[in-house]
Amino acid sequence: MFGPEQGHFALALACVLALVQFAVPLWGANRRDARLVGLAPYLAVSQLLALGYSFLCLVMCAVSDDFSVQNVAANSAVSKPLLYKITGVWGNHEGSVLLWTLILAVCGGAVSLFGRNLPDILRGRVLAILGGVSAGFQMFCLLTSDPFERVFPAPMDGQGMNPLLQDPGLAFHPPILYTGYVGFAVPFAFAVAALIEGRVDAAWGRWVRPWAVAAWCFLTCGIALGSWWSYYVLGWGGYWFWDPVENASLIPWLTGTALVHSAIVVEKREGLKIWTVLLAIATFSFSLSGTFLVRSGILNSVHAFANDPARGVFILALLAIVIGGSLALFAWRAPSLTSTGLFSPVSREGSLVLNNILLCSICAVVVTGTMYPPFMQLLAGRTISVGKPFFDAATIPLTLPLLLAMGVGTALPWKRAQLARTFSHLYVAAGIAAIGLALCFWKLSGILPIACGALAIWVIAASVSDVLRRIGIGHTSAQGVWERMKNLPRSSWGAALAHIGAGITILGLCGMSQAKHAIVEVHIGETRSLAGDDWTLLDVHDYIGPNYKAMQADIAIRHNGKLVTILHPEKRDFTTQSQTTTEVAIHTNFITDLYGVVGDRHGTGKDATYVLRLHRNPLAPWMWLGGLVMAIGGAFSLSDRRMRIGAPKRAAARNMARA
Amino acid sequence: MTRKTRRLWIVIACLACVGSAAALTLRAFSSNIVFFMAPSQVKASPPSPDRTIRLGGMVMAGSLHRINENGTPVNAFQVTDGQAAVEVHYTGILPDLFREGQSVVALGTVQKDGGFTASEVLAKHDETYMPKEVADELKRTGKWDPRFGKAPDASSWDTMTAKKAGG
Repeated sequence: MFGPEQGHFALALACVLALVQFAVPLWGANRRDARLVGLAPYLAVSQLLALGYSFLCLVMCAVSDDFSVQNVAANSAVSKPLLYKITGVWGNHEGSVLLWTLILAVCGGAVSLFGRNLPDILRGRVLAILGGVSAGFQMFCLLTSDPFERVFPAPMDGQGMNPLLQDPGLAFHPPILYTGYVGFAVPFAFAVAALIEGRVDAAWGRWVRPWAVAAWCFLTCGIALGSWWSYYVLGWGGYWFWDPVENASLIPWLTGTALVHSAIVVEKREGLKIWTVLLAIATFSFSLSGTFLVRSGILNSVHAFANDPARGVFILALLAIVIGGSLALFAWRAPSLTSTGLFSPVSREGSLVLNNILLCSICAVVVTGTMYPPFMQLLAGRTISVGKPFFDAATIPLTLPLLLAMGVGTALPWKRAQLARTFSHLYVAAGIAAIGLALCFWKLSGILPIACGALAIWVIAASVSDVLRRIGIGHTSAQGVWERMKNLPRSSWGAALAHIGAGITILGLCGMSQAKHAIVEVHIGETRSLAGDDWTLLDVHDYIGPNYKAMQADIAIRHNGKLVTILHPEKRDFTTQSQTTTEVAIHTNFITDLYGVVGDRHGTGKDATYVLRLHRNPLAPWMWLGGLVMAIGGAFSLSDRRMRIGAPKRAAARNMARA
Repeated sequence: MTRKTRRLWIVIACLACVGSAAALTLRAFSSNIVFFMAPSQVKASPPSPDRTIRLGGMVMAGSLHRINENGTPVNAFQVTDGQAAVEVHYTGILPDLFREGQSVVALGTVQKDGGFTASEVLAKHDETYMPKEVADELKRTGKWDPRFGKAPDASSWDTMTAKKAGG
């Protein structure tokens, strides 16, 4: 019922359905044939069902330990816990491609279900584009990375999974991150559909924004989760390493953030149309190249390419068709889109334009830093790398004006603003920011952390004061405030929350720039002090876990003689995979993380010494907390009723009348 | 505000931002690019002590020993590419996957005495893995031809050179 052959067949069926979903609605839209266009949602849903069945088959193979399937044999083992058998399905190349296409199909299904109030022709075209992308990647899955391939003879047991990856955080990180990546396929499809149609208007902006916001929320969560995972699993005390895999998720996040903002201008003022369409195309293109070039290691190592040239050539061709095709269409059709809204440089639109320019500049810097080393390697044969110092020096100065503009932007009115009036709204926030600056001078060291910290406080204060002003605190009675609170659109609440989240994340980053650490070698009972805390190694004992041997240390931390906590970091030795992992122990009070790692034991008996690494990380949890707040803000603005009803229906009626 | 002046404003803003981004990138590149060097290259032309480099090679078998400097553990080991070996000092906990006879990449600076002080040591994934830079270096120096199987054990490289030189 759920065997690998059924799964393989379902995948092939989904691929054919996706091809039909691509061809028929496009042809129908061209011929203005409502019946053909109307097929699109049904095709999208049936493709989703077929692909869902196929994915279920792969999960069942993994759960039932069917080691005759190559993919399961290579990545699973009988002794693996059930949770990791399931999540291990997407822990490898083949499975992750299948998950990727499944999420794309889910997006198609969501457009079919929630897009009922879209004009039929537009919805047909959007689904057709999604179907086309789907078909391409399902073909890639079928032809070059088949997850259902059998192996003969079947091994008795699988090869198991890297113990480092057996972690709940990592288990759910890929689906969330992929949903973010793939979610940008919907704005992309809308952009291409609009180019085919040759028309972008306020209604288009209103339709496309919820999809962009939803994808952005998932991507934000995915990045935060990945960073948190590397913080508490890798045990290096770091949270972001600027390696190509991380940058691959940051680049579409930056352009996606720009897209979420520029779509507002399309929606409210019918401006920046061409730019928004280009951003939608660029964001998905970066997502695609991020997932398939950088994550798969094709770009980083020529070996991966050489080992499997079919895979590399196929993926490059596919990327060329999707990205090149959409850009060519853009070049051909974009001049026919004209903007109407006029605005002065000092206005809400002006600040959103500035936001876009700055975000795209930061994005360009990150792209350069990520792509320059592999290109240098390819062209000049010199192996170089750029790391944290480069990215810090090049991106932070561009972030400062962005933060400054973030606080001012929401207070500006549309079209034309009077500076004096705007500043009269902001002086309280500016005062708080000035206090913040003094606080930062006292607590932080280094010019950039101080500036970033003060500006982050400025962003939070300005967002809060903007909301307070809008609900009339200090101007109207309590009754009036309540009324205004109810009437303030949820998207305004969401925007304020997201900006506050960004401020919290930046504060966390500033705090982490002041992190202290020490590497010490101590006997049992010895005490070392780090930044005002006394760390005492109380005891170290060995124990045997389910499939590992572990050495656990007890470290007591005292502050001015008062016991704060006892940490229990471990070092685990997985005998079967001949691998060791470190289990970090973290104590947090949401202001400061105390982070302990135990290293090697040297000597025996009473003379044994232990290497410990001790970290004191101020404001560390704020980095991920801020990410969560940003995502919640996005979700809040998604629940705005304007996003769901109202204008789309009117526009649909207008479209029908025109057709 | 006419369409033309607005466009002018946007173009000026774009130029200012892109220009400063480019300037920042170039400035950061000139001071922060990290070059990869093999031990023989370090020996041949030592980079200045304020320049961070990535040193890659194999940890010579039997070379790892520990020095205790005022309670701070320092790991010392030799990294070789088969031509030359460099003494590396690293304060801290070596990564879980660090092994003698396996490949390693160390980030740090070359000292005046020719030793290397690492601020970060990376060892990756599994015993069959070799950083691409190290593999390239081995192939360049003729120590390993992938067509004839696995890379030779790191401890034998220097002796291979010695043999060739002697005979």
